[in-house]
Amino acid sequence: MDLTYTPEEDEFRARLREWLGKVLPTLPPKPSPDDWPARRAYDLGWQRMLYDAGYAHVHWDASPTVRLIFLEETEKAGAPYVGAGFVGLLHAGPTIAAEGSEEQRARWLPPILRGEEVWCQGFSEPDAGSDLAALRTRARRDGDDYVVSGSKIWTSHAEVADWCELLVRTNPAAPKHRGITWLAMPMDAPGITVRPLRTLAGSAEFAEVFLDEVRIPVANRVGDEDDGWRVTMVTLSFERGTAFVGEVVACRRVLRELAGEARKNGRWDDPVLRRRLGRLNAQLRALWRLTQWNVSEAESGVPGVGSSVFKLRYSQARQELYDTAADVLGPDSLDVDRPWTLDRLSSLSYTIAAGTSQIQQNIVAERILGLPKGR
Amino acid sequence: MKFQLTQDQRALRDGVRQLLARRFDAEALRAAVNAPALDRGLWRALGEAGFFALRLPEADGGVGLGLPEAVLAFEEAGRALLPGPLIATHLAAGEAAGAADGETVVAAVDGSGLVEWLGEADIVRGDAAGAVPLRSVDPLTPLHRVGEGGAAVDPAAVLLTAAEQLGTAGRVCELAVQHARTREQFGQPIGAFQAVKHLCAGMLVRAEVARAAVYAAAVTADRTDIAAARLLADEAAVRGARDCLQVHGGMGFTWESEVHLHLKRAWVRARRGGASTESEELLAADLVA
Ligand SMILES: Cc1cc2nc3c(=O)[nH]c(=O)nc-3n(C[C@H](O)[C@H](O)[C@H](O)COP(=O)(O)OP(=O)(O)OC[C@H]3O[C@@H](n4cnc5c(N)ncnc54)[C@H](O)[C@@H]3O)c2cc1C
Repeated sequence: MDLTYTPEEDEFRARLREWLGKVLPTLPPKPSPDDWPARRAYDLGWQRMLYDAGYAHVHWDASPTVRLIFLEETEKAGAPYVGAGFVGLLHAGPTIAAEGSEEQRARWLPPILRGEEVWCQGFSEPDAGSDLAALRTRARRDGDDYVVSGSKIWTSHAEVADWCELLVRTNPAAPKHRGITWLAMPMDAPGITVRPLRTLAGSAEFAEVFLDEVRIPVANRVGDEDDGWRVTMVTLSFERGTAFVGEVVACRRVLRELAGEARKNGRWDDPVLRRRLGRLNAQLRALWRLTQWNVSEAESGVPGVGSSVFKLRYSQARQELYDTAADVLGPDSLDVDRPWTLDRLSSLSYTIAAGTSQIQQNIVAERILGLPKGR
Repeated sequence: MKFQLTQDQRALRDGVRQLLARRFDAEALRAAVNAPALDRGLWRALGEAGFFALRLPEADGGVGLGLPEAVLAFEEAGRALLPGPLIATHLAAGEAAGAADGETVVAAVDGSGLVEWLGEADIVRGDAAGAVPLRSVDPLTPLHRVGEGGAAVDPAAVLLTAAEQLGTAGRVCELAVQHARTREQFGQPIGAFQAVKHLCAGMLVRAEVARAAVYAAAVTADRTDIAAARLLADEAAVRGARDCLQVHGGMGFTWESEVHLHLKRAWVRARRGGASTESEELLAADLVA
């Protein structure tokens, strides 16, 4: 057991820190959270700066530890989050890199890295959420195209996306996991309607996407026809270990700010609240250690207890953090213009998005503990 | 960063596990419950294996290992529900004659107002004057009550207790899973029911989060890390043992099952080193430091 870094890793950290110190003050002010076109431009601009400085690849081909350092340092320095680049950089890009053809890689990867194109994820459907393999959006082959009809829902950033990683059903006769195909859909194709959905935080973070006879070239298929479930599992496995690194660092910073606020407004004198903050400190420190543990194991190829364990506890801790923030702020916590209020609202999605806590618990019980599958 | 067990550490952990399986199996556990006296033979065997002298420098006749190794050994002790003032004796190695090789049993007053195994100890560290025996909730841990405000709490003792709690957390998860796979109701193993599955998943999640915290605290030996490890390990052990009892149904509520012993020991350990509120205060203070 060892928590020290190699000299090369320390050097990487120092170089990154120095660069961040230089460039962050030159960034334009952050756009309003409701203004998605402005957020797109801002997030892509940041990705372009990373690209020019040689850091764009870090999510893809750096070692897990270097990636950890990158995420830790950028968060500590207050650098922008991947934001609109999320699906492209962390989902679609790695999938295309692993499963795509030479031409597909050449077409789609450089624009993602250079911050030129935004991707969204068209997996969920109104009747296929937790049970993703129940998806029904239909693709019929017609010459060199697939003709796609159906609808997707909860598609984050759909309004500002150029491409969508789309799961469609190509073979309704096959068992449900077997008839699915992974396609890259250009969001400007005729027949696509994007209808923004307002989240409980008030903004149009995600959308419903209606597909009416949308033609997608067969050349846009990644992996084989009907083999999309396997490709999807490759996609979903990319986040192991480091998916929440930056966020844990951010939560630890928020907790310190909360303690500072409590000292200012006198609530620090309440021992019950103070100890709750202490307990949160314990949780977030432990989650940081678990991240380091997972990253270490990922690096040495040991199958670890994995991301479900982490996600379950982290999503809960994040919600507790912002609930505690509300108690620190008191009546101000009902003011949407206080940043912690919006964070509290958005923290509610953490036990739902990317696999609900119930589904994660099933995964832990069945895949890690080996309990029998339910019916 | 190689934050995982080394080959040597794995070997050490497996060695301790095997030793305890040989010397303190389910039958020995049951016998100990029926006749709760300290097994001097076992104590010496632990001494011979280097359990107490693990962190004593080789020059002083010890094994010369560090806190991470001690944590692994105490985690195994926790898994096996090994009784006795293990931590007090371990901490006295090199200072109290005979502690290192398991010839001497050392008890300690640790500031929580309680002393474990006072009656069996050859040496008592701290002021145990006026100690009054309790009828201990844990049949394997005799307790005496002493006045509060005794010796300052040694962070190493807190960490090793957390390691024992971690052992319990892992063990009760295993016991629950074993039972859930074999016990059938409504024509299927109860582990196929989601309510049971989720109890088990929660046990693993708490144990793994605690593990990361305890191991990290062993590496850094930092007081705040240790306080965090303690809170998470207490939670993982106490809630884990409770949920394990629930998964066992009526059988979990019997004296014969082993489950209550884990829960009761977890309660005893959770009181060691003072109330958990002190750890919470320390972690709160860290936020504004
Ligand atoms: C903020 C946000 C952003 C998202 N972004 C995207 C995106 O970009 N692209 C995309 O494709 N999807 C996205 N999603 C969708 C997300 O993946 C789904 O919401 C999630 O998988 C749950 O599906 P559902 O909403 O249909 O809920 P349901 O599956 O209907 O679940 C409802 C409730 O039933 C429970 N439940 C369901 N099945 C089981 C079971 N087997 N056992 C126990 N309980 C069960 C769930 O835990 C939940 O509590 C996003 C969601 C959110 C909240």
